[in-house]
Amino acid sequence: MKDQYALALGDDALVLAQRLGEWVARAPELEEDVALANIALDLLGQARTLLTHAGELEGAGRDEDALAYWRDDRDFRNVLLVELPNGDFAQTMARQLVFAAYQYELYDRLRASTDATLAAVAGKAVKEVHYHRDHATQWVLRLGDGTDESRRRMVAGLDTVWPYVDELFDDGGNPGPALVAEGVAVDPATLREPWTAYVGTVLAEAGLEPPAGAAPRGGGRRGLHTEHLGYLLAEMQHLHRTHPGATW
Amino acid sequence: MAGTDEREAAFYAIVDSDGRIEPRDDMPEAYRKTLIRQIAQHAHSEIIGMQPEGNWISRAPSLRRKAILLAKVQDEAGHGLYLYAAAETLGVSRDQLLELLHTRRQKYSSIFNYPTLTWADVGAIGWLVDGAAITNQVPLTRCSYGPYARAMVRICKEESFHQRQGFESLLTLTRGSAAQKAMAQDALDRWWYPSLAMFGPPDTGEQVSGGHTEQSMRWGIKRFSNDELRQRFVDMTVPQSEVLGLTIPDPDLRWNDERGHYDFTAPDYDELFRVIKGDGPCNAQRLAHRVAAHTEGAWVREAAAAYAAKQRAKTQTEAA
Repeated sequence: MKDQYALALGDDALVLAQRLGEWVARAPELEEDVALANIALDLLGQARTLLTHAGELEGAGRDEDALAYWRDDRDFRNVLLVELPNGDFAQTMARQLVFAAYQYELYDRLRASTDATLAAVAGKAVKEVHYHRDHATQWVLRLGDGTDESRRRMVAGLDTVWPYVDELFDDGGNPGPALVAEGVAVDPATLREPWTAYVGTVLAEAGLEPPAGAAPRGGGRRGLHTEHLGYLLAEMQHLHRTHPGATW
Repeated sequence: MAGTDEREAAFYAIVDSDGRIEPRDDMPEAYRKTLIRQIAQHAHSEIIGMQPEGNWISRAPSLRRKAILLAKVQDEAGHGLYLYAAAETLGVSRDQLLELLHTRRQKYSSIFNYPTLTWADVGAIGWLVDGAAITNQVPLTRCSYGPYARAMVRICKEESFHQRQGFESLLTLTRGSAAQKAMAQDALDRWWYPSLAMFGPPDTGEQVSGGHTEQSMRWGIKRFSNDELRQRFVDMTVPQSEVLGLTIPDPDLRWNDERGHYDFTAPDYDELFRVIKGDGPCNAQRLAHRVAAHTEGAWVREAAAAYAAKQRAKTQTEAA
């Protein structure tokens, strides 16, 4: 169970790192090429430690690459939010704000995990994610309170990602009450309130409303993904799978 | 107010004593223009150079290699930023320079107009292309213009690191399966001559460039000729190819005891000029990609400017 929890958090970071890597050399300004690559690199670092830990806990000899490259989409445990396409810069920033604010609250609490590795990952990552959250916040403010067009796009970006928010706080039985009771995992439901307070403040300052009405989507933690993930994995895994057993 | 001759004498006194010209110092207009062109084209090369390697970020074959590649491409964007900042000390803006790049009035390194067809190309770019860049750029750390020289110190440190990583990536391939080794050899076969061409046209002959070299040497911007640097690169690279167990695609490559250098076949300079003029394999694609990123990002930059203006207005109202 513990391995499934580490895997889920690692998959979140890995898949979002893959998405942000797509922005490199395409960003609106050079500073954003640097920032988005930097965030992708932080997330990839988190993913590598978490996947390595998941493989060790599982005890079947799978390392970070075996887990990243040799699982199919039905075996990935990431939330749907992180696999959504980048869309335009506003959609990417909407996704970043939602996810970084969630990950910040999660890691902040996970520092007290009774699992030493999870506590150590969280201790390092919470500082990185604090920066990610600030970066997304600044852009949501600029786009929400910038021009008419940027505001229109920011509203559309929030509309696109909002159905995937609930899954962050109710993720289909992973981690499960036992792991939470042992102090290994954080009950995601407890993150909703501080998340709502933070994101609500940012949206209010930007003159934006949290979207309402769309039915919540979920299933990622059980391996039930959107159609987007299969393509992402096909691209990510292709070369590795073409040369089974090779060292890179 | 000193006269033109006195100011020119002061400039050459600094250059000749191996001192540094700083942004507020007097400098000949032609010196300023040459530096703007050279630094800008150097910056453009860093920015366009993100594309061929960025092409493999999503497909890197291990998470470790993916992390190394992401860090490298991030560094290149950072180098572009340092260099645009150095150019701006000469009285131009980054926006102006990007406009010159986007309208093909300024160039970037010929090498980035070649495609990255396999993973081994990423290693070959690190080893050969960054290796050639370092050979070119280390002398620039002593260039007469202070801001450029200082930018090059920082950049060369990071480039040497990337070059070692590229070599190590290829070494892993050549110690791997037959398919991996073949991939590495194929990459060397395709990148060898384009890398040699990075040093520019030969020093003599009908294809010699418009006489920049002599003037740049007089100004302390350039310290070695194109052919000297190319030779230095070959001499450094051949032993490395032997460690890798790869064959440089030049049947006439051999050590010349008399010269104390390797003899080698020069690159095809007609091809180099075609590529520089815009007719290489990826010129159109690279520029279109850069222009699209800039154009599609315009609304984001406009939003940031509008937001900043609103914030300034708010601060002023509060202060009043």
